[in-house]
Amino acid sequence: MTDKAGVTAVPPAPRSAAGAGPGTAEPRLHGDALTLGYDKRTIATDLTVAIPDRSFTVIVGPNACGKSTLLRALARMIKPSRGHVLLDGRDISALPAKQVARTLGLLPQSSIAPDGITVADLVARGRYPHQKLLRQWSPDDERVVAASMEATGVAELADRAVDELSGGQRQRVWIAMALAQETPLLLLDEPTTFLDIAYQIEVLDLCARLHREEDRTLVAVLHDLNQATRYATHLIAMRDGRIVAEGAPAEVVTAELVEEVFHVPCRIIDDPETGTPLVIPAAPGTPLGVR
Amino acid sequence: MSTGIRIGKTHASRDRSLRVGPLSVRFRPRAMLAALACAAAALAIAVVLIGSGDYPLGPGKVVDAVFGNGNPADVFIVRELRLPRAGVALLVGAALGLSGAVFQAVVRNPLGSPDLLGFTSGSAAGALVMIVLVGSGAGAVAFGAAAGGLLAGVLVYVLAWRRGVHGFRLVLTGIGVTAILTGVNGYLMTRAKLVEAQRALLWMTGNLDGRDWADVMPLAVAMAVLVPALVIGCGPALRMLEMGDDAAAALGVRVERVRLVLLAGAIVLVALAAAAAGPVSFVALTAPQLARRLTAAPGPNLLPSLFMGAVLLVGSDWIAQRAFSDNPLPVGVVTGLLGGGYLVAMLAAQRRAGRI
Repeated sequence: MTDKAGVTAVPPAPRSAAGAGPGTAEPRLHGDALTLGYDKRTIATDLTVAIPDRSFTVIVGPNACGKSTLLRALARMIKPSRGHVLLDGRDISALPAKQVARTLGLLPQSSIAPDGITVADLVARGRYPHQKLLRQWSPDDERVVAASMEATGVAELADRAVDELSGGQRQRVWIAMALAQETPLLLLDEPTTFLDIAYQIEVLDLCARLHREEDRTLVAVLHDLNQATRYATHLIAMRDGRIVAEGAPAEVVTAELVEEVFHVPCRIIDDPETGTPLVIPAAPGTPLGVR
Repeated sequence: MSTGIRIGKTHASRDRSLRVGPLSVRFRPRAMLAALACAAAALAIAVVLIGSGDYPLGPGKVVDAVFGNGNPADVFIVRELRLPRAGVALLVGAALGLSGAVFQAVVRNPLGSPDLLGFTSGSAAGALVMIVLVGSGAGAVAFGAAAGGLLAGVLVYVLAWRRGVHGFRLVLTGIGVTAILTGVNGYLMTRAKLVEAQRALLWMTGNLDGRDWADVMPLAVAMAVLVPALVIGCGPALRMLEMGDDAAAALGVRVERVRLVLLAGAIVLVALAAAAAGPVSFVALTAPQLARRLTAAPGPNLLPSLFMGAVLLVGSDWIAQRAFSDNPLPVGVVTGLLGGGYLVAMLAAQRRAGRI
């Protein structure tokens, strides 16, 4: 494993996450010695990860590296065969489902908009974990749904049918629904996949604003490394079910790391727009390890 | 601090909220109206149905007789002869409408009906075993139908289970089980004597002739428990399930548990409906579709589907009994013709609209 200055190489042992300053309690969401997999196929063993509070954490890595699996485990969509996901210090699988849903939200990779449902009605469904048999629509619900549609810029679409919207609008509606859940932690599983570049930027700008203005902790799985370095405050790079490096993108992203994680020879320059690391893949035919 | 009842608009939605102090309910006026209209229509058709026949009675007299007033002959004819049949029609229709809506929402497919999922063939197999192999009476046949439907339900659920029951897998497993049971049922028919075969065939068409209070009771008791459990207990979670397992789980729904309760409840309803009236086809498939067209509301539309099912079955029975009064049909023939016709018409309309 490369161990250059600035690269935080992370062995399986737990470590305090960057971003959580000295004296801070342990982060609200972390996974402890997780073994993850489906049926008999193991995807990650002994994986320990901490999500720094109030960070915009982005998980990157090649296909099948376990990044979505890790996110799904953190969101209690799959149960680790060993280890625990801890939310506020308690095992997430032992907590009441609705209680978790009031703390931790997830935007899944694909959701189905019921036939003919309007934007306002779909966003309103995000209030489910706050509702009871005889408290189905409080003034709070009303206020939060309106604010969520406002924050995601879909308020003027409120009475439109979701299936008539463009891909980017639809994704913003789903994010609005997750916002209506009013969770301090929000996990997004590949929120930009299937969107064209304009919508990708639209969605990521929205995420960055939600992170900045609303004091939320965001965790997203992204495919595009350059988008990850632009938007993340905390980057987790994975390969083969292991965390190879984590930390602030400017400190973590080096040519060696990209080569190790993605097997792509490249140069790293400063992004002329943002000053964040910009990964430039080497010209075709450049062998690995030679730059 | 507001006390008293307040009805409010909800943000940009056709739903309305009703608030009393800290309590609130959210509802859609059109969906409520549709449900009430269907309930009223079902009862009205039932009254007309009870009042028609060889000994006609006006609606007023029928209602009086139902409550035990009027002349003793009327009361006897209504309460002992005709009301049980109408009651079976209403309850079976309601049970099929509700369970159809549950199945369609759980498998996220408008074709998710008990006919397709194998439960109806299970009931038929159970009834055929009783008729052909045991040679037993009506009560045992009803028991066989209920047991067969439940067993088929358990079988399909267990076979489809792999880290949870996925809607698509459930449909495919159901089709497979239906195919097997169709073979079994065909075999049983070939073993039957002529009289048994005729009885079996009549049963398998779906039939309401000669129903009495004993046929009503098991279904009535089950519905008294299961309708509130499904509609109030699981309805809100079922709405969330429509958006996918992940979305529902993220919102705090215990997906597998809720789905098991929903499927189990709906299968019990279908099995008991088959026990009471035979495998009446197409009501479970059509009622939720028609209800959705009336309410124009997203969601499983459980109550409107329930009442729509009652309308369809009691209406079909009226046609079956009175349209050809010298030669009444089994009700299953009418539901099959109407339901199948509706399905074909809907597909044709969608094809013209370019959707399929």
